[in-house]
Amino acid sequence: MTTHDKIEGAISIRKVTKIYDPEGARVMAMKDCSFEMGAGEFTIIVGPSGCGKTTLLNAIAGFDTITSGEILLDGDTISSSLKQIKPNVDRMVVFQNGALFPWKTVIENITYGPVVQDRMKKSAAAELAKGMLHQVGLGEIGDKYPEELSSGVQRRVEILRALINQPKVVMLDEPFRGLDAVAKTVMHEFLMEVFCASPRTMFFITHDLDEAIFLGHKVVIMTTRPAQVKKIVPVALPWPREHHIMNSREYLELKQEVLEAVHEEAKKAFEAGERELA
Amino acid sequence: MKKMKKIFTVSTLRGLLSIILFVVLWQLVVFAKVPYLENLPYPKDVAVHGVEAVQSKTYWLNWEISLIRVFVGFIAAQVIGIPFGLAMGASKVFRDFTFSAFEMLRPVPPIAWIPLAILFWPTRELSIYFLVFVGAFFIVVINVLQGVSNISVSLKWAASSLGARPKDVFWKIMVPGSLPSIITGMTVGMGVTWNVLIAAEMIAGQGGLGRMTWEAYTNHNIPLIVVGMVSIGVAGYLCSMAIRWLGEQAMPWKKRF
Repeated sequence: MTTHDKIEGAISIRKVTKIYDPEGARVMAMKDCSFEMGAGEFTIIVGPSGCGKTTLLNAIAGFDTITSGEILLDGDTISSSLKQIKPNVDRMVVFQNGALFPWKTVIENITYGPVVQDRMKKSAAAELAKGMLHQVGLGEIGDKYPEELSSGVQRRVEILRALINQPKVVMLDEPFRGLDAVAKTVMHEFLMEVFCASPRTMFFITHDLDEAIFLGHKVVIMTTRPAQVKKIVPVALPWPREHHIMNSREYLELKQEVLEAVHEEAKKAFEAGERELA
Repeated sequence: MKKMKKIFTVSTLRGLLSIILFVVLWQLVVFAKVPYLENLPYPKDVAVHGVEAVQSKTYWLNWEISLIRVFVGFIAAQVIGIPFGLAMGASKVFRDFTFSAFEMLRPVPPIAWIPLAILFWPTRELSIYFLVFVGAFFIVVINVLQGVSNISVSLKWAASSLGARPKDVFWKIMVPGSLPSIITGMTVGMGVTWNVLIAAEMIAGQGGLGRMTWEAYTNHNIPLIVVGMVSIGVAGYLCSMAIRWLGEQAMPWKKRF
């Protein structure tokens, strides 16, 4: 395994526009959206529901095309109106509703990447996966199927399945939605731990502002559709963070700042006839 | 398997009781001479004929004939239907070329194929294999197709992010992902298969449980008709059990109760 001399994974989003169904309904999901994510930076994306956050994620991951603009990974164009680099192990996604393969055990799920890429032998990958599970206190679940696990554990397994590939970028689309507050704190500590162990670029979509500030280096607030950057709030709290910082004044002020910006957009979205609030 | 399943649970006892209750009710109906059901034999008469039948060679020969017909037709339907359904699900071009014709033929009841089947196939056996095949084929295909389209797109995306090539996505995602629907298709298809088989045997068959039942009718042997019906029920039940077992073996990740 290579050690990280230099962290890679800087992403730059330049004037990205995405129009769905350009011949017909012409739904504009993003318009001239631009911002930067530094290598090894934990970036949080918040914004009203349906504003185009997932559209951006799909474009970076290579699942979907963009209409104009450009997305670069470490200076190389990975998506533009002219080209579209296919989904690849350097950009891993943890999906909103979970995407573990139900017919594979936990170990088989985690080792799927290295094995399908012919990068590792099955047995070696399984050893590595066991080690990773053990390290995060999930050593007992290797032979279970996803449906036998709680959703919190499923999410952790899915994150490990992404991390075993040593991606440059990890993208998480509201991964902890639907978990209760206690389970969430466990997930946050887990994510904090794996992030500190090997920092890499994180793109994390959420509606939970506490989560946003607790985990992020910066919070990118998106406007209502078509998505643009409304405001970027840097979070200068020291790492690694623990939950008691949520009571600090600095934290509360940041939260207030983010809340105001989000609320403004949520109101616009609501007035525009959107059902759900941020 | 680490632990043996308990055989005599409360649930199985209730199941046994339901059969006993049914026989008692049957006895009562005949005893009370309920109008239009006077010709119904007593359970005891059926049992006597049943015991007689079980001891004869021809009875088991009829079982064998019917089971072979089901087996051949059903397996052929799977061997052709599953790849056909997967191809329809995986390729839009293939679906565009086949779906409309398929949907036009699908509503035609398998029994309506009997005249053509008898005319076209050189032997009686081949006609019956073909009819059984038709009974299961359409159900298998429609289930596989539905199974493939129900696979969540995030599973396919996740696989391709993890480095799966299109052929890996097909074999490692589409195929196992549609397996539950394939098994459902098989279960339903097996039921239809027996329906079609019995009808085909009654009309065109030589030997088989359906033919046996029909001949009992032409000989006006009412208890033997009932023996035939019970035999068909048991045969169908055993086949469904086999499919369920197959499903459990093929899908260890599905929790069973």
